[in-house]
Amino acid sequence: MTPADAAARIRERFGVEAVVEGSSVTAVLPRERWQEAGGVARRELGCAFFNWLSAVDWKERGLEVVCRVDNLDARLGLTLRTRLDAGAPRCPTLTGVWRGADWMERECYDMFGVVFEGHPDLRRILLSEDWEGHPLRKDYAVDTPHTPYR
Amino acid sequence: MEVKPPVPRIPPPGWSEFKDLQEWEQYHQERAQDDKTSETLASIADAIHHMPGGWIVTTSTEKIFNWARKSSIWPVTFGLACCAIEMMATFASRFDVERFGMVPWASPRHSDLMIVSGTVTIKMAPLLKRIYGQMPDPKWVVSMGSCANSGGPFRHGYHVVKGVDRVVPVDVYVPGCPPTPDSLMYGLLRLQELVGEFQRTGRRATPAEGASA
Repeated sequence: MTPADAAARIRERFGVEAVVEGSSVTAVLPRERWQEAGGVARRELGCAFFNWLSAVDWKERGLEVVCRVDNLDARLGLTLRTRLDAGAPRCPTLTGVWRGADWMERECYDMFGVVFEGHPDLRRILLSEDWEGHPLRKDYAVDTPHTPYR
Repeated sequence: MEVKPPVPRIPPPGWSEFKDLQEWEQYHQERAQDDKTSETLASIADAIHHMPGGWIVTTSTEKIFNWARKSSIWPVTFGLACCAIEMMATFASRFDVERFGMVPWASPRHSDLMIVSGTVTIKMAPLLKRIYGQMPDPKWVVSMGSCANSGGPFRHGYHVVKGVDRVVPVDVYVPGCPPTPDSLMYGLLRLQELVGEFQRTGRRATPAEGASA
């Protein structure tokens, strides 16, 4: 499985043009096909290693979830991106495809407030449970007086 | 070949009246001719030592207790961040605060001092307060490093307490990022001075109330 093969497979299955840079492939997918794309990456492209998952805040244009998975045998790195609707940060979960997505998605929920639909245990992971807001959002006011030590 | 005869060891005159040579030397230390102060002091000490019960020292309880307190300050081992490395170096043999009577102790129940060494996050602050509460009175706090003093480089972050004095009262602030063991030792010596002047007034410095960013 070369990067070019992977890009061809993604074009064939999802009809999107993947960008190939060296050994890394980047594909932007619609939110509705996020889980399906995960399944294809895992089973057809052999990306068994779930590297990381995070999000980008594009302010009024909504959040974008970014996820990097690797096929270590073929030295292929696949970056999946999907844009969420502005004002409704909801995204399908990838925990059914990779178990390792569990804590990553919890952290993403903690920091960006992305609600992963179908996640088995979507709680805050780093911040305390009574924390208000999601601090890595652009609209989070850092200097908000926050109980009790700020 | 010439054989040297052994040099005979002649004891100083009158030495047999004393218990040993050290005692003899003590009595025959040479002083400057015009050193009246030392002579007076020596004679007073001599008189006191020859009085029945003269070895009893009279002082105020504040003084003797404060002397005892400042001579055995036990810091609780409470390392929070990279400052803890410097704190450990201060405790270890090269700098060795144990010569000031400071023994790093692994229980807050037996400790007098908490060295807040590092960044206090909002999540950690209640636990810090709990450990502070577990320490018996009287207790002191040294805030070590920029993070504990004011939040340091994380002051404008979302997760860091902007100075540990918003959580517990602080006696000595040690600046630095991180402070060197020398700085911390200087702070600890200042703390010893503070403890020496400690008065039981029942009042302590309170953290700034209503302090905001």
